[in-house]
Amino acid sequence: MMVEIKEKIIEKMLLLIAFSSISILALIAIFIFGEGLPLIWKIGPKAFILGERWVPSQGSFGILPMIFGSFWVTLGALLLGIPLGLACAIFLCEWTPPWAAMVLRPTMQLLAAIPSVIYGFWGLIVLVPLVRNYLGGPGLSILSGSMILGFMVLPTIISISEDSLRALPPSFKAGGLALGATHWQTIWRVLIPAARSGIVASIILGMGRAIGETMAMIMILGNAVKMPSSFLDSARTLTTNIGIEMGYASGEHRQALFATGVILFFIIMILNSSAIILSRRRMG
Amino acid sequence: MLVNPKPLLWLLPLLVILSGVGCQRSRAGITVAGSTSVEPFAELLAEEYMIRYPQSHIYVQGGGSTAGIEAVRTHAAQIGMSSRSLTSEEKDLYAVTIAKDAIAIIVHPKNPLQNLPLEKVIEVFSGKIRNWKELGGNPHLIVLVTREEGSGTREAFQKLVMGKEEISLESLVQDSNGAIRQVVSGDPNAIGYISLGLVNEKVKALKISGVEPHLKNIVKGRYRLVRPFLFLFKGRPEGEANSFLEFVLSPEAQELLQKEGLVTIRP
Repeated sequence: MMVEIKEKIIEKMLLLIAFSSISILALIAIFIFGEGLPLIWKIGPKAFILGERWVPSQGSFGILPMIFGSFWVTLGALLLGIPLGLACAIFLCEWTPPWAAMVLRPTMQLLAAIPSVIYGFWGLIVLVPLVRNYLGGPGLSILSGSMILGFMVLPTIISISEDSLRALPPSFKAGGLALGATHWQTIWRVLIPAARSGIVASIILGMGRAIGETMAMIMILGNAVKMPSSFLDSARTLTTNIGIEMGYASGEHRQALFATGVILFFIIMILNSSAIILSRRRMG
Repeated sequence: MLVNPKPLLWLLPLLVILSGVGCQRSRAGITVAGSTSVEPFAELLAEEYMIRYPQSHIYVQGGGSTAGIEAVRTHAAQIGMSSRSLTSEEKDLYAVTIAKDAIAIIVHPKNPLQNLPLEKVIEVFSGKIRNWKELGGNPHLIVLVTREEGSGTREAFQKLVMGKEEISLESLVQDSNGAIRQVVSGDPNAIGYISLGLVNEKVKALKISGVEPHLKNIVKGRYRLVRPFLFLFKGRPEGEANSFLEFVLSPEAQELLQKEGLVTIRP
């Protein structure tokens, strides 16, 4: 009897702890919306999202340049990260000799563990001068940012794609080979289409990582508030807009930064829910 | 039956938080908060002050000029730091100039340009002059580097140099003096502005309308891009805050500031 009561108590306590972590998320959400929404209503959601001028000292709050900045940087990161990540996942699944797997996997995990400020610093010192000297422009550009971000999303894309390739029943591969297809034909025509939803989920999660990255991007993107017109232009993303101006902001300016957070919140919610839906389909 | 200690574990964070609260209460002291431009100098002065008066505690925090003004108003800090003059709405605070700081316009050392008239500085930073060729330099696009909105240095630059003109939205934005120096020292086509005290051999400070940014020229009022470093108080300074202010204004503290590259209030 005593044991049962104890079990009940522990169960309830764990429930409480589980909910307390979620309630912190709820508190953050309530706070961001409470601070940000009044400003969005005041200047109008359309003017806020589609406005092209961000000059807080004059009361202009338009975040379209930042939305474009986030979009282009993320797109560039995925253009680099998807082929590299997918190739790496396929190699790890299908060809890797044991000794190479022993080197590759820990290295990849290390890639995920490096703090983003290190990526940013390396990019600033090594990559930015290269881009400036060989391609022109200020070097602090979407291209440099995309390259760094491409590497930062690799661990996410590789590990989840590899998992979904490994989760396929062995009969898929055996069937393909039995029908006379070569190893590569089997991978390209059978295994990848079969693991598609998992791979897409990995890309979406990588995208979430790319959109959320702040520190490295503040250091590399140059943070100009204008519509980027080429990959060698400086840009500002939604997250760096908050990061770079938060220190000094007050009043409406501060509210506008929280409002930027509201928009970011929606984008991340959409991305994460689509990743969840896609990976459920894989299970079903 | 043994008591399982595990459920008690999650009391630990609570204890840590509570002990932290206790700590803050037991130590009296004053807080100095505000401009990140003034912060390193205030820290230096606070250290000197605490060597002299070991019982005192002075906590120096950054946050920006505007945050400093807010902190003094709400009594979160006894002294606020500002690196720009107060606006008319902020005149309710008692402000004391502790030193002056010049803003230098910097370029890459390889840039052939030595001098830039003030009108040209305005045209460059507002994006009207876009190529170094127009200023007699190499044919290359000018890369503007500015501070972020809300920064005291940016506000001072806006007021002292730009006036009504807007700083071009094409400019790169960096969030500290050091980051601007880093970008300009790496890019032969860049131009930016930082505190004169932070100019080093990796960048070149331009003459403005023929006047070199030099201590002598600043003291004589020839170099105009000068802003005050302010200490702010709500009402007249008293107690510990007042004795710290008196120390900061003393000749030895002023000499210290001069060594660090600031312009003292008494010539």
